[in-house]
Amino acid sequence: RVSSDGKPPKFQPPPKPVIIDRKTQKEESRFLSPEFIPPRGRTDPLKYYIERKDMIQRRKVFNIPEFYVGSILAVTTANPLASDKSTRFVGICIQRGGKGLGATFVLRNVIEDQGVEICYELYSPRIQAIEVLKLEKRLDENLMYLRDALPEYSTVDVNMKPVPRMEHEEIPVNKVQVRMKPKPWSKRWERPKYNIKGIKFELPEHKMQAAQKWSQPWLEFDMLREYDTSKIEEKIRKELSEELEK
Amino acid sequence: SITGACQAIQKLTRVRVVDNSTLGNTPYHRPPKCIHVYNKTGVGKVGDKILLAIKGEKKKALIVGHKMPGPTMTPRFDSNNVVLIEDNGNPIGTRIRTPIPYTLRRREGEFSKVLAIARNFV
Repeated sequence: RVSSDGKPPKFQPPPKPVIIDRKTQKEESRFLSPEFIPPRGRTDPLKYYIERKDMIQRRKVFNIPEFYVGSILAVTTANPLASDKSTRFVGICIQRGGKGLGATFVLRNVIEDQGVEICYELYSPRIQAIEVLKLEKRLDENLMYLRDALPEYSTVDVNMKPVPRMEHEEIPVNKVQVRMKPKPWSKRWERPKYNIKGIKFELPEHKMQAAQKWSQPWLEFDMLREYDTSKIEEKIRKELSEELEK
Repeated sequence: SITGACQAIQKLTRVRVVDNSTLGNTPYHRPPKCIHVYNKTGVGKVGDKILLAIKGEKKKALIVGHKMPGPTMTPRFDSNNVVLIEDNGNPIGTRIRTPIPYTLRRREGEFSKVLAIARNFV
C-alpha cells in the first residue's frame, strides 16, 4: 500500500490458518463407567467418595477398558486349580450390575452346545486381564433374553481376533433382532415392563396385545422416580480426571 | 404342562446326563430324575453325589453344573448337568464333552477319574 521511501512494501506473511480440531472438542462426551454413579438414596456421599478413591487406585494399576452390554470380552483370571494357573473366558456381556467396588458383569457363551455364563467382579484382584474383542452396543441395556434365544445369538468364537477400532469413532449399535426359542421362556419378555427392543417377536397379534395389559404408562411421568445424574456425573468426571493425572 | 427346569438339584429334578454312556444317551419315555441327594441339606450343588432314576434303574451320579447362580467367578450352566458314576466313584462313560467347572479339581482325590475323562474346563 503506502510505499516506504519507494522501496517495495515489507513482506507481510499470510495469516496462519486456524485449525479447529473437532475431534478434541468431542472429548467432553467421554465414557464414564456406570459403577461410578452412586445409587439414589440417603447414604452419606463420603462412603461413595472413599469407594471411588479405591476404584481409581485399582484402575491406576490395572486397565479396565470401556465396554458396554453387547460387547465381546475376553477375561483372563488367576485360578490355582488350572494348569498354567490362569483361565481365559470369552463371551458377550449380557449385564452390568452393582455399584462401587462390587460392580459385576456377566459374560455368556455357548461351548459345545452348552450355554455358560460367568459373573465377574470388575475390581477383583483375581482378574489378570480384560480385553475387548469387539466394542459395540445393543438396543437394550440387559440381554438376559439371550438365554431364551436360539443359541446361535450367544455363540462367540473362543479364538476370535480383536476387531480393530479407531479412536474417536462412534460406538456402533448392533440393531440385530434376535429370534427366540418356542415359549415358555424364563421371563415373559413380551411384557412392556422389560421394554425390550432387540427381539423379533413371532407371537400372534392377540398375544402381543394381551401383554400390553400390564403396561404402566404413568411410570414415565412419575416425578418421584426421576434421578437426574448429569450434575453428579460432571463432578465425578472432574474428580476422575484430577486423580488420574496425579 | 411342564414346569421350567429348577435351579439347584433336589429330589425329582430332571437332569441331563453329559457323558457318553449308553445308559445316559439311549432315549427313554421318561427323563432321568434325581431321587436322593447325598447331602445334609436336600439341595445338590456342583460336586455332590445324587441318586438318579434312569430307564427304571437306580444309578449314582455326580453333579457337574446347575442352573442356579453360585459364587461370583464360577460358571452357571443353562442345564443341570450330571455324570453317571458307580458306587466306588468310577465313571460309567468314557468321555465328557460339555465344559466342567474348575471347582471340581479341588477334590482331585475323589473325582480324579471323572476329571480324567473330562475334555474342556471352564
